[in-house]
Amino acid sequence: MRISRRILAGLATASLAVTATSCGGGGTSGSFDDTVTVGILHSLSGTMAISESTLVDTEKMAIEEINAAGGVTVGGKSYKIEYIVEDGASDWPTFAEKSKKLIDQDGVPVVFGGWTSASRKAMLPVYESKDAFLYYPIQYEAQECSNNIFYTGATPNQQSEPATDFMYKRSPAAGGDFFLVGSDYVFPRTSNTITKAQVKQLGGKVVGEDYLPLGNTEVAPIISKIKKALPDGGIIINTLNGDQNVAFFKQIQDAGITPSSGYYVMNYSIAEEEISTIGPEFLEGHYGAWNYMMSIDTPASKKFAASFKKRWGADRVVADPQESAYNMVYLWKQAVEDAGTFDDNAVREALVGQTFDAPQGPVEVMPNHHLSQTVRIGEINAEGGFTILEETGVVLPQAWNQKHPSSKGFACDWTDPSKGEKYKL
Amino acid sequence: MELLLDSLFNGVAIGSVLLVAALGLAIVFGLMGVINLAHGELMMLGAYTTYVTQLIFKLPILKPFYNSYIIVSIFLAFIVSGVVGILLEKTIIRKLYGSPLETLLATWGVSLILQQFVRSVPLAYGTGLVISLLIGLFLPTTFPSKIKESINFKYFKFSSWIFAALTGVLTGSVISSSVSKLSRASARNVDVTAPSWMRGQVEIIGTAFPKTRLMIIVITLISVIAITLFLNQSAWGMRIRAVTQNRQMSDCLGISTEKVDIITFGIGSGLAGVAGVAVSLLGSVGPNVGGNYIVGCFMVVVLGGVGNLLGTVLASFGIGIMTDLIGAGRLLSIWPDMPLPLSNTINFFATTSMARVMIFALIVIFLQFKPTGLFPQKGRMVEN
Repeated sequence: MRISRRILAGLATASLAVTATSCGGGGTSGSFDDTVTVGILHSLSGTMAISESTLVDTEKMAIEEINAAGGVTVGGKSYKIEYIVEDGASDWPTFAEKSKKLIDQDGVPVVFGGWTSASRKAMLPVYESKDAFLYYPIQYEAQECSNNIFYTGATPNQQSEPATDFMYKRSPAAGGDFFLVGSDYVFPRTSNTITKAQVKQLGGKVVGEDYLPLGNTEVAPIISKIKKALPDGGIIINTLNGDQNVAFFKQIQDAGITPSSGYYVMNYSIAEEEISTIGPEFLEGHYGAWNYMMSIDTPASKKFAASFKKRWGADRVVADPQESAYNMVYLWKQAVEDAGTFDDNAVREALVGQTFDAPQGPVEVMPNHHLSQTVRIGEINAEGGFTILEETGVVLPQAWNQKHPSSKGFACDWTDPSKGEKYKL
Repeated sequence: MELLLDSLFNGVAIGSVLLVAALGLAIVFGLMGVINLAHGELMMLGAYTTYVTQLIFKLPILKPFYNSYIIVSIFLAFIVSGVVGILLEKTIIRKLYGSPLETLLATWGVSLILQQFVRSVPLAYGTGLVISLLIGLFLPTTFPSKIKESINFKYFKFSSWIFAALTGVLTGSVISSSVSKLSRASARNVDVTAPSWMRGQVEIIGTAFPKTRLMIIVITLISVIAITLFLNQSAWGMRIRAVTQNRQMSDCLGISTEKVDIITFGIGSGLAGVAGVAVSLLGSVGPNVGGNYIVGCFMVVVLGGVGNLLGTVLASFGIGIMTDLIGAGRLLSIWPDMPLPLSNTINFFATTSMARVMIFALIVIFLQFKPTGLFPQKGRMVEN
């Protein structure tokens, strides 16, 4: 099974290389000195497959692009990137097991993988004990800073904090009360703890919060609570996951909780992919906050969206998680080339400070192994995309959130041996 | 008053979703004693039927009737899930009567197969397959008895299956070529949009109620009334009850227990399909949609008392009202200035997750005192 997949992968890249040479695009693409095999580890089956397979597609595309442009040049030798795709099967222990397999058996220098925080937490001890590398592309709750993981998604201060600020100060419901809704697991709970602290600082009021157990779609009690807590409209912060959003938006619309009656929902887990699943008619007028939105009107963003559509089909969309996945492959390539070796420690050192002209704009790897990113607030429109309303400057990542009571005053710096994972500011 | 009405409505709304989902199981598990873990997937088939019907009604010829697609899909979902249930009974469950553990494992396997089926087979051909099954299973029963009794009947049966397969492939390709959304397999969840007359709210005595919720309550009520009438008034209903109470005696008296089993299982499965239509109005439709309800269904049936429809009805509404009372912290609004420790406790449980914990705990305690549920089966049960 694995061998055939590798052959397939090889064929795909080879055919791409052939087209590239025939166009006269990449001069060196036909002749590599050697190959390097990297690991890709996402869920290809089970509940998370729908989301995670888009990342596999993006990572494959980034690798093919790099190969077509001559591969990775390390120590004067050009390497063609090959990949082994492993299935995490939406099952967290499987992620740890497959990580071990990729590191020990296949000897890959780097693994690109994960989506849920649970899968990352399961993989973390494996990478730390073997001193191997994981690149993790999803916006998450932070409160973690491993020497063996590079996080290319947003931390809460790069997504939820600017979003809360926008909702309280400049949205149509500005100054209104907050109601927090989320799925019952670590990301929504941590994110909402931060939001509550921030709303208090801003002088606002959180009038209620509720969590829906994963898989549960009965939102009737939540709706009556929202109606009771916010009788005349207000701000709802939504961190529900997956299908639960469909149930939530269908039912709140039926219950009259809509933008036209003064209720505005800010979403942290709804990107272009999810909008098309839920249906723009249920989401129009609500908001989202991301680093990357498909509607960004820059050549880099347009090129990213166009090459993805060209590679995987015209009906496909790109969203923030995919952009992070795309960036991490390129950042790894740059770091390896700068280090001049695939050796773990050298690459780790070379990676900090790497900059990349990402589809969202310039990003830089910071000493805490997270990326500096731009934050955008968008209003969901009838076409199923975001109308970008605001754009911050580059925001530095906080691995330890400065509003969360348990991590206030702490930071992470892996470039200074005396500081490390968590030091007092 | 408004508060009470709102609370009652919410409780009934939550309860009716539970009830419509558990009704089929109350028959299959309650009356026949079959632990069918594929019940949730039969619901899922009903939900997908709604989706397919919706898309087919968007075709130009059926467009004028688009608004009534939801009514049509209730009947279609009953038939689709019923047919799949009958096939399940004929091929697997029949061999396993009297061995609950094996039934449990086998039906769990079936549930996995059905989930993967909707992920990997284009819905158009899935529809074709169901139509083949329908024709193949029912065409031979319509032949005149002269043919049925002839020795060549097996050839007739065989040729009707060939006819069924051809029709299935044909309808599959027709649907596939006319509705592009159904022509490709996809693991992605899909969405049923309620027709315009069912969206929004309706005002009753000063309180606004969502129309989809009212629709679900109506579907549930009609299903309960229909099934009660069927079981208590019709000849087949009487036979079903007779077989449930004493299988051997009924067999001796000339009731075809085999036929009774098929009909009971078919009806139970069909009701699961109807439940699928109801839940498709609330959330999205995906391969896992049924799995989210299966635990709740068993909970309702066990709490109500196995083999008793009235118990199932009361248990669902009881759980629904309790969920709303605890989950939305209603007691606080009824009695706003209660002592602090009490109000803190109520606030602690006033989230959806904690309300579920509380309800499960209450049910466990209740079953300690009444292990057979609210309304245990009375009288002598020979098979126990």
